[in-house]
Amino acid sequence: MAEESPPAPGTRPGKGEPTGQDTRPGRVTPPGRVVEAVRAYRLIAAMWVRSTMAYRASFAMTTFGNFAATFFDFVAIMLMFSRVDALGGYTLPEVAFLYGLSAVPFGVADLAIGSMERLGRRVRDGTLDTLLVRPAPVLAQVAADRFALRRLGRVTQGTLVLGWSLTRVDIDWTAARLLLMPVMLLSGCAIFCAVFVAGAAFQFVAHDASEVQNSFTYGGTTLLQYPPTVFAKELVRGVTFVLPLAFVNWLPASYVLGRPYPLDVPEWAAFASPLVAAGCCALAGLAWRAGLRSYRSTGS
Amino acid sequence: MSDFIALENVEKVFEVRRKTGFLKRERREVRAVDALSFTVARGEMVGYIGPNGAGKSTTIKMLTGILTPSGGRLRVAGIDPSRERMRLAHRIGVVFGQRTTLWWDLPLIDSYRLAHRMYRIPDARYRENLDRLVELLDLGGLLDVPVRQLSLGQRMRGDIAAALLHDPEVLYLDEPTIGLDVVSKTKVRDFLRELNTERGTTVLLTTHDLQDIEQLCSRVMVIDHGRLVYDGTLAGLHEAGESERTLVVDLERELPPVEVTAARVVKVEGARQWLAFPAGQSAAPLVADLAARYPLLDLSVREPDIEAVIARMYAEKAVS
Repeated sequence: MAEESPPAPGTRPGKGEPTGQDTRPGRVTPPGRVVEAVRAYRLIAAMWVRSTMAYRASFAMTTFGNFAATFFDFVAIMLMFSRVDALGGYTLPEVAFLYGLSAVPFGVADLAIGSMERLGRRVRDGTLDTLLVRPAPVLAQVAADRFALRRLGRVTQGTLVLGWSLTRVDIDWTAARLLLMPVMLLSGCAIFCAVFVAGAAFQFVAHDASEVQNSFTYGGTTLLQYPPTVFAKELVRGVTFVLPLAFVNWLPASYVLGRPYPLDVPEWAAFASPLVAAGCCALAGLAWRAGLRSYRSTGS
Repeated sequence: MSDFIALENVEKVFEVRRKTGFLKRERREVRAVDALSFTVARGEMVGYIGPNGAGKSTTIKMLTGILTPSGGRLRVAGIDPSRERMRLAHRIGVVFGQRTTLWWDLPLIDSYRLAHRMYRIPDARYRENLDRLVELLDLGGLLDVPVRQLSLGQRMRGDIAAALLHDPEVLYLDEPTIGLDVVSKTKVRDFLRELNTERGTTVLLTTHDLQDIEQLCSRVMVIDHGRLVYDGTLAGLHEAGESERTLVVDLERELPPVEVTAARVVKVEGARQWLAFPAGQSAAPLVADLAARYPLLDLSVREPDIEAVIARMYAEKAVS
């Protein structure tokens, strides 16, 4: 591309033109891509928040609905425990601990970029093109698309359940266990974000795959809300080694609770969540690039 | 490099997969754009027309960096659009006639404020541009109205303003007058003419409305089956397509087909007759001739439609 750089301002042979366009005020040298992406994300997310506030009553109702739906989700688990004392060897506070550690990171990821599952619709109706002519990274624009504060309902509920569990569960707190808590929450959030991005990337190819994506995101978080000991070994293996959702809470939380993990994994695996999260994000990023490239070469 | 937009043998090939049976798929290559070469100088206003599926949108999408060409060389303002999409975005404005980029539930002004920040338009420049666009596009009373409450014509004007706030050097318009009433069409056309002459903005517009071209563009490019089949003036296009205008005359009473040298009668229905004459020719002598010899009540002239002109061009190409 070096052979085709635009002419430097002012070097164009006297055409009496106004100054070269690159020197006009406001042409900032492009800052880092990430900074640019975060900026675009915030701008667009803020617009969606304002849009939602155009219908305040509807916003209040859907936020409450979101909270209530997830609330009853946990009530179901409590009802189960009115019949049994333990589930897969886990007590109610322990299950609540797992539940919170799945619901909070998922809720945060869902709040931040959950609307990416609608990408297929934008591809189908052609409105993705309007995003591609803006001076902002497409991933950031799609991630912020239809940003919805009502999803705070799920985060709130997850936080309450986690908080309650911490007052009841019997943990022998060590420095390592304490440190693992924020690490677990952040890594889990990153892993779920990666799943959302990868799912969206897949929709460049299969436009109506949002249901497939839902089975991994919503399905994944529901799975993680129960102890790994209640599931078949094959499933646990798949969730540990293939789609490594187990690193969101199962593995690190087992360590914090001092319970053996149903699979034969080394102890350091409990601390591997950040690495796994980084790997997932890298893969998701590659998938996104491939998806976008395929869209731009086929236009559909 | 004095050409602002330059295409050299640009092509775009899509691979289409079609189901031909259970699990069986047939692959087929479709050349949406084939060996397309043209240049547009800074400040030109060009109409880009052609039947549906001819490759118009594909061309625009390649020029805006949405699509990557399969071959050839393409530059806009010296930039390779598909490689430097974001850098190009600062220098182009795009209006998709059928898809608004405005924020549906928010007041119009909010969409402009977003552009202000997203394009990093300096404050003074933003205010100056906004004031000018609001005045020229007659948006004064609409800035605080949610976009969903605007009429189609108002929304189109709003979209055009949104595409111009960052002073783009070229404006792409895809069907800017589609679905608009006559008054709105006139407003949009007047504005585009002013934008082009006063500010020297290069304009490339696709349209199905021949009047858009007639009133705005000194140059027309016709594309069909992915190839450029005509590039020149509108008058030349009429000539090439041997297009005809139609004079509809209402006589006082039913008469046999009128006899005039400059036109031929194509249809008679009671006292009304349809006369076809070459589009490049003035209707005045014809009307004078008719009025002198026949009892005229009323008359009107119908413009040729662009699809018919192109279709005829094709029919001839196929023969010769």
